Amino acid sequence: MGELKLMKGNEAVAEAAIRAGADGYFGYPITPQSEIMEYLMTEKPYETTGMVVLQAESEVAAINMVYGGAACGRMVMTSSSSPGISLKMEGISYLAGAELPAVIVNVVRGGPGLGTIQPSQSDYFQATKGGGHGDYRMYVLAPASVQEMSDFVKIGFEMAFKYLNPVMILSDGAIGQMMEKVVLFDPIPRRTPEEIEKQCPWATTGKNANRKHNVITSLLLDSHEQEQHVFKLRDKYERMQKEDVKFEKIQCDDAEFLFVAYGSSARICQKAVDIARAQGIKVGLFRPITLFPFPSEELLKLSSQIKGILSVEMSLGQMIEDIKLAVECKIPVNHFGRTGGVIHSPGEVFEALKSTYLGG
Amino acid sequence: MDIKDIIKPENIVYQKTKLFTEKPLSYCPGCGHGTAHRMLLEVLEEMNIQDKTVGIAPVGCSVLAYEFLDIDMQQAAHGRAPAVATAVKRLMPDKFVFTYQGDGDLAAIGTAETIHACNRGENFTMIFINNGIYGMTGGQMAPTTLPGMRASTCPFGRDTEIMGNPLKITELLAQLPGVYYVTRQAVHTPNAVRKTKKALRIAFENQKLKKGISFVEIVSNCNSGWKMTPNQSNKWMEDNMFPFYPLGDIKVPQLEKV
Amino acid sequence: MTEEIIIAGFGGQGVLSMGKILAYSGIMQNQEVSWMPSYGPEMRGGTANVTVILSDEMISSPIVNEFDTAIILNQQSMDKFEKTVKPGGILVYDPNGITRHPTRKDITIYSIDATDEANRMGNVKIFNMIVLGGYLKIKPVILIENIIKGLEKSLPKRHHGLIPENKNGVMRGMEIVKQN
Ligand SMILES: Cc1ncc(C[n+]2csc(CCOP(=O)(O)OP(=O)(O)O)c2C)c(N)n1
Ligand code: SF4
Repeated sequence: MGELKLMKGNEAVAEAAIRAGADGYFGYPITPQSEIMEYLMTEKPYETTGMVVLQAESEVAAINMVYGGAACGRMVMTSSSSPGISLKMEGISYLAGAELPAVIVNVVRGGPGLGTIQPSQSDYFQATKGGGHGDYRMYVLAPASVQEMSDFVKIGFEMAFKYLNPVMILSDGAIGQMMEKVVLFDPIPRRTPEEIEKQCPWATTGKNANRKHNVITSLLLDSHEQEQHVFKLRDKYERMQKEDVKFEKIQCDDAEFLFVAYGSSARICQKAVDIARAQGIKVGLFRPITLFPFPSEELLKLSSQIKGILSVEMSLGQMIEDIKLAVECKIPVNHFGRTGGVIHSPGEVFEALKSTYLGG
Repeated sequence: MDIKDIIKPENIVYQKTKLFTEKPLSYCPGCGHGTAHRMLLEVLEEMNIQDKTVGIAPVGCSVLAYEFLDIDMQQAAHGRAPAVATAVKRLMPDKFVFTYQGDGDLAAIGTAETIHACNRGENFTMIFINNGIYGMTGGQMAPTTLPGMRASTCPFGRDTEIMGNPLKITELLAQLPGVYYVTRQAVHTPNAVRKTKKALRIAFENQKLKKGISFVEIVSNCNSGWKMTPNQSNKWMEDNMFPFYPLGDIKVPQLEKV
Repeated sequence: MTEEIIIAGFGGQGVLSMGKILAYSGIMQNQEVSWMPSYGPEMRGGTANVTVILSDEMISSPIVNEFDTAIILNQQSMDKFEKTVKPGGILVYDPNGITRHPTRKDITIYSIDATDEANRMGNVKIFNMIVLGGYLKIKPVILIENIIKGLEKSLPKRHHGLIPENKNGVMRGMEIVKQN
């Protein structure tokens, strides 16, 4: 078993980046995720694994550094929180267009605008529906514990390189700031330049006599070519849907009602399930782990036994749209959630279930 | 004696400047932001231009400046104040427009906006609070952090080999023809405060001439971010910041011959 | 066993670090733990609080709205958290600076003069350890040797010399806590 530590979610991300063999991290301070860069600067991986850590002059600069690194086949990442992620959206669109692998961590805070620094889940649309311009998607992982903050960095890089696509880890201020036990995976050595060239023959690592020059671009002036390119991207997103959907079911076997929630809301719902079960109400929790691709098929299967779904999100209700599409409007789906940085409590969630489906 | 017997007009030795709102300042005790605010407001009051002034404060500890300054204010995205101010001034050329920016804001994330507004020679006043650190987010390295100086993202001190050198953005901007007046001041002693006020007055008066940017840097402390008491931080600032960022005028327009 | 604790006071009173020591100590006795702080500008001279959960089982929600124990160190926190203690739970507070004392009858209330005691002992920094001792006296959820191990884990090596003093604080806290 790996090393056991007590860590903040943000610190776990940073430690996992080093252990995953990342080549570079580029960031700009913003609450509630600054501990990621602070941890890296304290650990100084540039002296051990050779990983580059750089504080950029802005999020715009940071995501473009990621673009440059990824274009060289390097394992690179950035992290930010909502306002900074908005700034990165242009760069993320370019990454998707140029089919570059990268991991982007969003430790979400309440918005819109400068908003609040408290936890929120109001960036779901931005993360799962594209966010920047153009026809593209990110592969989106939603950690619900400090353990997953660590594990998903590794999985995130795997997916980014499998699909040559940006991957987002959609976390929030609560998961980023809290401390829990985490079992750290064993360090993976960084790839050598030769290994990188072998794994990423497309990378701009310097043209040699054996190959044509590599070009990284998202520009296709001929619209028919652009259409073909977008079709190729679509095929990739469909493959994600087939091969890499992730979810968790908790007490769903005999459930008559279902909470659907991700990230910290899923943790809160887990307690609400316990409260409900103690009162004899058969509730389960369905937790999407990948938000894109969304676990629609599994949810539809489950829905035949379910009388009603409560989508619990710290927002006005964003994931609920995907849930409704998934269950094909066959059963009632309602939303409950606090927003703007307010966190709902397990008690509130339980009361919401009662008042929605059990007549109060 | 009752408190009411003490608070009488004849006993007043010091009072809130009129253009402050009733809101208590949210800055850490000992921070230079409050004094800088006051000098700005005194100038606006003396010039009697409260009704003609629009201020823009982007993100940083002074993001809430609009709560304290009883003038029309806009809050801008991090780094973008000079772009915002450009439009404000161009659309309302008779107004007095200023930005109030920290070092992270003006010299990191907003460098492009800063340089281009200066280069276009926009006619507003830029007030630049240089405390060598990111105060608001809890003390990370700023573009102006001194070599060897510690911050949370350079816990062993700024290593210029890895993190680059501190950016003397003020000297850099002074090179641009669009920049009319550049000075560097401080607010940690009565004498420094008087000079800052004078500089701010010139910077606002200059807007009438339509000759370009007037730029006032205020080297200030961030006792919280530097993890010092206010007194220690002022001393540290004198010993370390001033040698690197010397106070005084950097670009003063030639007086036109009459 | 699951113990859900809120510790609340001013930034600078060592609220967050007291929570951290509890969490580390919990790990030392193989428990599941979570530590969920308030964060951000709230901390600058304002109030700070942390929710710590110790449990023999997996912790579902690290965010809870009622607590088995509230450890309260200033008036704002008293106003906010007295009502969040579960019936039958406990509230421990330092009366220093408290003007509206707790009034609930369905919980057990303890007070501990930790501020005064820390001053008397000539080390204001062990204030939080005195409070911790008081709490552990009432609810021995963690063995004292695991607290010491937790301290070793949560303090940087260069501060390990301070552990004996911290232990003294815990012991003293155990002696002076009293039921109201
Ligand atoms: C796009 C974006 N990125 C990051 C932040 C987080 N942030 C808020 S203030 C700040 C730094 C401010 O430093 P400075 O401009 O030096 O002002 P000070 O707080 O020191 O007065 C940062 C990085 C943000 N609000 N928006
Ligand atoms: S953090 Fe620093 S700059 Fe911000 S108010 Fe406090 S002392 Fe001033």
